[in-house]
Amino acid sequence: MGTLNTEPNIANPDDFYARLLAAHEGKSKAESDALNARLVLILSNHIGDRQVLGEALVLALET
Amino acid sequence: MIQDRYTLAYKVYPYEKSDDQDKPGAVRHPVVIVGGGPIGVATALDLGQQGIPVLVLDDHEGIGMGSRAICFAKRCLEVADRYGCGEPMLQKGVVWNVGKVFHKDDKVFEFNLLPEQGHKYPAFINLQQPYFEKFMMDRLRAMQAEGAPIEIRGKNRVDAVAVLDDHVVLDVMTPDGPYRIAADWLVACDGASSPLRNMLGYDFTGKIFQDSFLIADIRMKGDLKFPAERWFWFEPSHGQGASTLLHKQPDDVWRIDFQIGWDVNRKEEMKEENIRRRIDAFLGKADYEMVWSSIYTFQCKRMDSFRHGRVFFAGDAAHQVSPFGARGANSGMQDVDNLGWKLGLVIRGKAPERLLDTYSEERVFGADENILNSTRSTDFITPKSEISKIFRDAVLALAGKTKFARPLVNSGRLSVPCVYDGLSLNGPDALAGGPARARVGAPMVDAPIDGGWLLEKLGGKFQLMTIDADAPGTIDADGIEVTRLALSAKGNPELAERYLGEARSAVYLMRPDQHIAARWDAFDADAVRRAVNIATGRV
Repeated sequence: MGTLNTEPNIANPDDFYARLLAAHEGKSKAESDALNARLVLILSNHIGDRQVLGEALVLALET
Repeated sequence: MIQDRYTLAYKVYPYEKSDDQDKPGAVRHPVVIVGGGPIGVATALDLGQQGIPVLVLDDHEGIGMGSRAICFAKRCLEVADRYGCGEPMLQKGVVWNVGKVFHKDDKVFEFNLLPEQGHKYPAFINLQQPYFEKFMMDRLRAMQAEGAPIEIRGKNRVDAVAVLDDHVVLDVMTPDGPYRIAADWLVACDGASSPLRNMLGYDFTGKIFQDSFLIADIRMKGDLKFPAERWFWFEPSHGQGASTLLHKQPDDVWRIDFQIGWDVNRKEEMKEENIRRRIDAFLGKADYEMVWSSIYTFQCKRMDSFRHGRVFFAGDAAHQVSPFGARGANSGMQDVDNLGWKLGLVIRGKAPERLLDTYSEERVFGADENILNSTRSTDFITPKSEISKIFRDAVLALAGKTKFARPLVNSGRLSVPCVYDGLSLNGPDALAGGPARARVGAPMVDAPIDGGWLLEKLGGKFQLMTIDADAPGTIDADGIEVTRLALSAKGNPELAERYLGEARSAVYLMRPDQHIAARWDAFDADAVRRAVNIATGRV
């Protein structure tokens, strides 16, 4: 069981952020919502660790 | 006057006037069961097998028509086997392993349950409920012929009940007018709308789901046949319904469930031409006859306690779940399995009354697990909000493409019995390296042994199963006899894997309902006696 990494961890953050927004470009609200949902599921599975996922949920909820 | 509320499939207990009706006072019976459905009859079989006189009252004269429950799970069949009626169920039932999941018109994925080998019963069978009930009634009649003290009275409707400290009094209506009987113990198996529960004013709380399903059971006549698989459609465009389930039953009958929403005109929907319109849109042109149809809504509810003094509630009368996951009738059978031996011991004076509180403790625990599972399935099948629908559809979209999302698809989970983890009848779990699935509180896992089945050799009494360990043939645990079943891992690899794990030897104390009460690596007479005392509420 790990703990959630809240330190900066993405190389070239501006590139990543631009890529994230580009993925949503031209999409309707419904398509964007669906894309986000798929992304959350894909990333959650990759993380897998329920402790980390739980901490991520708490952080998201408390923000 | 007693009006029938439903049509019978089998008239198996026609009304006959009983001598009790002419007695001046209320005749007192040790146990009265109200409700001659599957749970009531199973209770009669359990107690009858123990030689305890039981009287079953039912306001009809037999088994109701219609498939209703169709999926009977392994543990339920094992309980039926202990009562001597599991085998005909298995013979008649349809066994399936392949399931297919569709979203809109595309197949998302298929799965094969690949059941574990080395069990007498499969993970589950599909069988129309009237057959399930009929096999139990056949067994009841056979036991009566052998002298079991079971009586069943049709068209005996309980109109009033009075609960006293040490017995209950029932006012019963019959075609010959009313009479009164008394019972030391009353078991209410009178279904989801339980008249007894209402008469006694007990709460039944939980969640009502705003949705309804149309069930159509059809018999295929032409060449079009479907395989014995479970097909589940989310939002099919070719049918009319938000989710649709196709399932095979015996006798070439297929069950189709259409999710049709909350605001429906039941009378219109139930017209044959309208049902056929749905089926035709779904199947294309097919030749079939309608066998049975019904519209159901569902709720997940339970009573706070399943015991109220001298009265027990079992099955749907005590708890109700959504049908996804087959946890209705299956969990009711486990209620009976749990109550039977406890009531038997208390009636025989071998255990204190407080043992009966653990019926509620253990089965409320089981009901909560069932409600949790079936609520989750329901939330997936019928998402309750915009965002839950977005996530549901995302899961289905991903499941078609990658494996990881498939376990998230929830169209009903396999019904498995709960483990009574941490509850008050559990003794020591002292087998180092022992498998988790055979931990204290768990129902026993079957295994092939010496040309037969393990579960056939256990149940109905306290037993000590030893694997490559010494113990006396019988132990007297302060008036409760514990008999030994001596086994060896040699030549029984499944037994070793399921009960030894890393251990070299094992001693398991089994309850009469085939749940594990305690386990050790070696026999110790005092430890066994203490564990029996714990498991019977005597300490």
